[in-house]
Amino acid sequence: MITVDSLTKTYGAFTAVDDVTFTARPGRVTGFLGPNGAGKSTSMRVMVGLTPATSGGVTVCGRLFRELPNPGLEVGVLLDASAQHAGRTGREILTVAQRTMGLPTSRVDEMIDLVSLTPSEADRRVRNYSLGMRQRLGIATALLGNPEVLILDEPANGLDPAGIRWMRDLLRGYANQGATVLLSSHLLHEIEVIADDLVVIGNGRIVAQGAKSELLATAGTLVRTNDIVTLSGALSASGISFSASAATGGDDALRVEADAGLVGKVALDARVPLLELRPAEGAGLEEMFLELTADTQRETLTEGAAA
Amino acid sequence: MSTMTADRATTAQVEKRQPRPIPFTRLLSVELRKCFDTRAGFWLMASIGIAALLATGAVLLWAPDSELTYSTFAAAIGFPMAIILPMVAVLSVTSEWSQRSGLTTFTLVPHRSRAIAAKFGVTVGISVVSMLVAMAIGAVGTVVGSAILGIDPVWDAGFVDLANIVLAQVLGMLVGFMLGVVIRNSSAAIVAYFVYSFALTAITEILAATQSWFADLQPWVDFNYAQGALFNGSLDATQWANLAVTGVVWLVAPMAFGLWSLMRSEVK
Repeated sequence: MITVDSLTKTYGAFTAVDDVTFTARPGRVTGFLGPNGAGKSTSMRVMVGLTPATSGGVTVCGRLFRELPNPGLEVGVLLDASAQHAGRTGREILTVAQRTMGLPTSRVDEMIDLVSLTPSEADRRVRNYSLGMRQRLGIATALLGNPEVLILDEPANGLDPAGIRWMRDLLRGYANQGATVLLSSHLLHEIEVIADDLVVIGNGRIVAQGAKSELLATAGTLVRTNDIVTLSGALSASGISFSASAATGGDDALRVEADAGLVGKVALDARVPLLELRPAEGAGLEEMFLELTADTQRETLTEGAAA
Repeated sequence: MSTMTADRATTAQVEKRQPRPIPFTRLLSVELRKCFDTRAGFWLMASIGIAALLATGAVLLWAPDSELTYSTFAAAIGFPMAIILPMVAVLSVTSEWSQRSGLTTFTLVPHRSRAIAAKFGVTVGISVVSMLVAMAIGAVGTVVGSAILGIDPVWDAGFVDLANIVLAQVLGMLVGFMLGVVIRNSSAAIVAYFVYSFALTAITEILAATQSWFADLQPWVDFNYAQGALFNGSLDATQWANLAVTGVVWLVAPMAFGLWSLMRSEVK
């Protein structure tokens, strides 16, 4: 359990994290989403005591992180896979952590095996690691103490597709065993596949949070047709609200706030041939994300996507 | 994994493990290990012994016969030590920031004061042990040198002299530690050490030679000057007072400030 309570962190006049409150629950994977610089990493650093909060606070397992007697056994942390001494071997980095936590030596080999680093890779210096290998090493360090809470910042970064799948299964398995998993990512597809709960943050503020199923349920139906004008007219006439959707990459799609059956019926009555009709959930997270964080995005989005 | 499943599925909250606090001795052993477990760290530590051997060899080869005494060896070995030991101290602190390994270190040991105290203990331990090794090497050099010359070995450095030299080296290492704590960047802290102990020394010497008011004041304001006395035998009460006063100003005060800011800083 991670409880973030009215967390605020300011740097001079700049507010990096602004009154953030949420809870990551045991047995669930909580996805922490936000554009670059939204305050995800800062929030996570505050959770583990690396950055002091300006006001508010975080408890992990019901306690302040710094009050945990041996934090590695209760909270697994991966904030930045590249933040390791480049001159140490992967095995040595795990050994240092294993000794600090007071775990048996065998745990190091178990972890190397678990994250699929070969013994020869483990004996290489981290300087010579690819980002994916560093990421695996960082995950191994986080899991070393068999913790009941995981705090992972962009853990899928740099992993190959098989690695991403592996990590998804691993985190799912941990959550199913009752662990609390909090992971940040900007890979929306990843989050959409794995997360049970979502916390969306933009410009340091929470813009949406809740169960993924609830948040995406509002996404409605995606409909694609070559005759947008007629369909729009028919939907308007039926009093159904809709908006242009950029989900298909063109301007021939609408996101309709009604279920697929109703949209199909309206289209049939209006004699509009459809190219596609499906729940908008697949594109929902991306659209929701872009919409919710529209004010905070660096890029100026096309009207279609922002609307 | 399987035990975890059982624990969590059945009695998630009740039978939760109650971890015990990390003992300080464990932190000491981990920090000691971290001084050796990189190639750079290993060779830096090895260079302590290597430099002592080279210095001993150089004295044997080039020192005039009349000066093949223990104090000559001690002085020759002390010089490289005064550079290497502070580097060990600097890097033990700054690498956590420059290499960013502090993210893991201070996450596993959130009470930073404990991790830093462990580094401090290891640093002092290394400097004392290094000096004992260096003195043993110097003693071997004295015996070998006198055997080559066919004379009795000259033990012209007593216990007090040697203790003072160890103290001087420990102080030098603490200066390195202090600069590491204050600056928290490897290259900047190393440069700062050389400025602090060499460039500054040269400046104060020139100042003292040209300005008589400064020459009178120097023992009370110049930490390097006050430390110099430690290499020249026993100190009188005034010299100890000089050392204490300058030490507080140049070592203890900045160290206190550095520790204060380190505890509150952000580890990125």
